[in-house]
Amino acid sequence: MILAESNINREISKERLIEKQIQRRNKKNTLFKGMIIAGTLVTTLPLLLILFYIFKQGISAINWQFLINLPKPVGESGGGISNALTGSILILLVSCIIAIPVGIIVGIYLSEDKKSRLGYYCRLAVDVLQGIPSIVIGIIIYEWVVRPMGGFSALSGSVALALMMLPSIIKSTEETLKLLPESLKEASLALGVPYYKTILRVIVPTGISGITTGIILSIARVIGETAPLLFTAFGNPFMSTNILEPMSSLPLIIFNYATSPYNDWHQLAWGASMLLILMILILNIITKIVQRKWKVQF
Amino acid sequence: MESAILKATDFNAFFGKNHILKNINLEIHKNTVWAIMGPSGCGKTTFIRCVNRMHELVPDASVAGSLQLKGEEIYTMNSVVLRRKVGMVFQRPNPFPTMSIYDNVIAGYILNGIKLSKTEKDEIVENSLKQAALWMEVRSTLHKKGTFLSGGQQQRLCIARALAMNPEILLLDEATSALDPISTSLIEELIHELKSEYTILMVTHNMQQAARVSDETAFFYLGELIEANNTKTIFTNPKHKKTQEYITGHFG
Repeated sequence: MILAESNINREISKERLIEKQIQRRNKKNTLFKGMIIAGTLVTTLPLLLILFYIFKQGISAINWQFLINLPKPVGESGGGISNALTGSILILLVSCIIAIPVGIIVGIYLSEDKKSRLGYYCRLAVDVLQGIPSIVIGIIIYEWVVRPMGGFSALSGSVALALMMLPSIIKSTEETLKLLPESLKEASLALGVPYYKTILRVIVPTGISGITTGIILSIARVIGETAPLLFTAFGNPFMSTNILEPMSSLPLIIFNYATSPYNDWHQLAWGASMLLILMILILNIITKIVQRKWKVQF
Repeated sequence: MESAILKATDFNAFFGKNHILKNINLEIHKNTVWAIMGPSGCGKTTFIRCVNRMHELVPDASVAGSLQLKGEEIYTMNSVVLRRKVGMVFQRPNPFPTMSIYDNVIAGYILNGIKLSKTEKDEIVENSLKQAALWMEVRSTLHKKGTFLSGGQQQRLCIARALAMNPEILLLDEATSALDPISTSLIEELIHELKSEYTILMVTHNMQQAARVSDETAFFYLGELIEANNTKTIFTNPKHKKTQEYITGHFG
């Protein structure tokens, strides 16, 4: 009888012990969660502050005139950045024309040829290219394109930016296509579809969402690049649409205006900065939409 | 006896130095259903992947010996031409995820750039889907993506896609192993019906399935063809001891 009672007591004390342990674990869980959230806030806050500050400074500069006017000479108030906006878009367009086909082709090669020596060195080269500082790319393009061509040009700027876009286009294409199941390729080949058509009409279309995402993100990455353009596109106070001539662009105009001693120009630089960030924001939103809408379900 | 549609003579297959298939001799006649069975790793899938030369997609895979389709040497034919004559259905359903049900059925034509009129297309789609016993279920949703279908329906869509090319031989690589029993029985019924028009080679792990569906059965073990005979004979009166042991469940 006594024995049974002490057994029951032991059971109860054991249960209490477990309960205490569980409580301690729950506390630890809550603490851990709290720390993660706090860490996230601490790191996100500066980003939000930067955005907020740029918008606060830039919003007053942006109006219709700002978008459609050319810059005014020093001393005159007003003026806009239409030349820089056009220039940025044109330079990026030409870089896309250069970088997208090359990037996708290399990406397809790397995803198909997983083990070869060429693939290995190619992958290495892409990784290194990704790490090259943009100013170094600027100098190289200055040597390779600007000097032989005899002067600054938008085209040389496009080449520099294309070079910077390549790694992310190649990587995203490679990674996207590698994730596609082998059975997809087999399904096509087993129908008697030649290899090249299998790649171009089955594999690439199935991975198009990932490839497009990579392209848009690479544009967003280089849209604000200033250093390589300093040596190449150079800048131009007038409207120019000839890609063989120097051309202005948003980052160049920000650089020039922000380093000038005039308050008006500082204002324009803030406006251009805000415009640039808006464009990047829009590109990122487009990416999200592409990912959702073009998602391929297996 | 008419001449065989598929004939293997001293056929060997390798992955690098691994000898996967050893001196296979087999004759397969028109309008029969062959079940290829055997334990895992016995080379049965390799065998049917050799028939449409999917085997060679693996780096350093090679073959030796003779494998003939209607008297023509498979390994000297153009692989693209060959694969149009030999349809294949894989273990897991693999419809093209970017295409509608309709386009999936005629994918072989679309991807090969074969031009068809609208009525020809409609006809091929309807006939193939009917043959694959899927028409009634999808006829009102032909323009939805093929991947919205259930697994069993997707597999029948893949069968329709293979049939649309009018193949001489249809290869089924464990085509029902990823499906539920109801879909499996649907596809088994289908095989019965397709026999009148096609020659079917099916790899299966499932002995009951082999017994239910096939006319002839080949038993592979460790890369060798142990026994090939009428399904009834194999299951009731196997000549070889290994076959008997496998069928009675001693290994596998």
